[in-house]
Amino acid sequence: MRMSKLVRTGADLLYPFALIFGLYIILHGHLTPGGGFQGGAVVATGAAIVIVAWAYEDVAGMIRKVTMKAQESAGLLLFIGAAALALGLGYAFFYNVLANSGSLFGLSVPFGPNPGELNTAGVIPIMNIAVGIEVWGGLTVILLYLLSGLNKKEEGS
Amino acid sequence: MIEMLVHVLVIAGLIGSALLVYWFRDLLAATLASGIFSFLISLEFYILQAPDVAISQAAIGAGLTTAIFIVAIRATNRYEGGGS
Repeated sequence: MRMSKLVRTGADLLYPFALIFGLYIILHGHLTPGGGFQGGAVVATGAAIVIVAWAYEDVAGMIRKVTMKAQESAGLLLFIGAAALALGLGYAFFYNVLANSGSLFGLSVPFGPNPGELNTAGVIPIMNIAVGIEVWGGLTVILLYLLSGLNKKEEGS
Repeated sequence: MIEMLVHVLVIAGLIGSALLVYWFRDLLAATLASGIFSFLISLEFYILQAPDVAISQAAIGAGLTTAIFIVAIRATNRYEGGGS
């Protein structure tokens, strides 16, 4: 069962904006309020709007269960990999090896009042991205399994 | 003064939407009232200077919980107590 045309068009219109806002919260997690979990939840809300508005057969081609499950596992692997990277280089577990190194996310924080430099904080943005895609996949796959479990005969009574 | 007024308005809206959740027999309307409750409490978190918690509450409470309830209502009856 689909919802009305008004709801479907509104959901389609809202989906890219929710996606972009959530990815913004994830990427600026070390500068502004929010972070991996909050941004991932916003992205999953955008997916949830589309999932609720359409029937499962319509949405299954765009938001796939396999992709979402792979995303969840990839986020967890990236998180533990970033933590184990320091262990491989001879530091303690979860040590911030990339901070102030000059490479990826490696600039030092500017002094005084400033709008915030995105390319700082070392391994923390990488862990934000990992948590973000993990929460995105996890929360979306819950809704997909809920929706695919609906029995067609009992639905819409 | 203006901050106090906003607090009073938000808390009055919280009590009103919570009473509406109890009052409605149409479960879809009750779900939407619960979503309004979550939105207002996230506004209150923002006023109390916890924007982090406000983002979580707006995404999880107002977005995902409402969506899960709507999917559940689709599979069952829309009206409380009716066997339609």
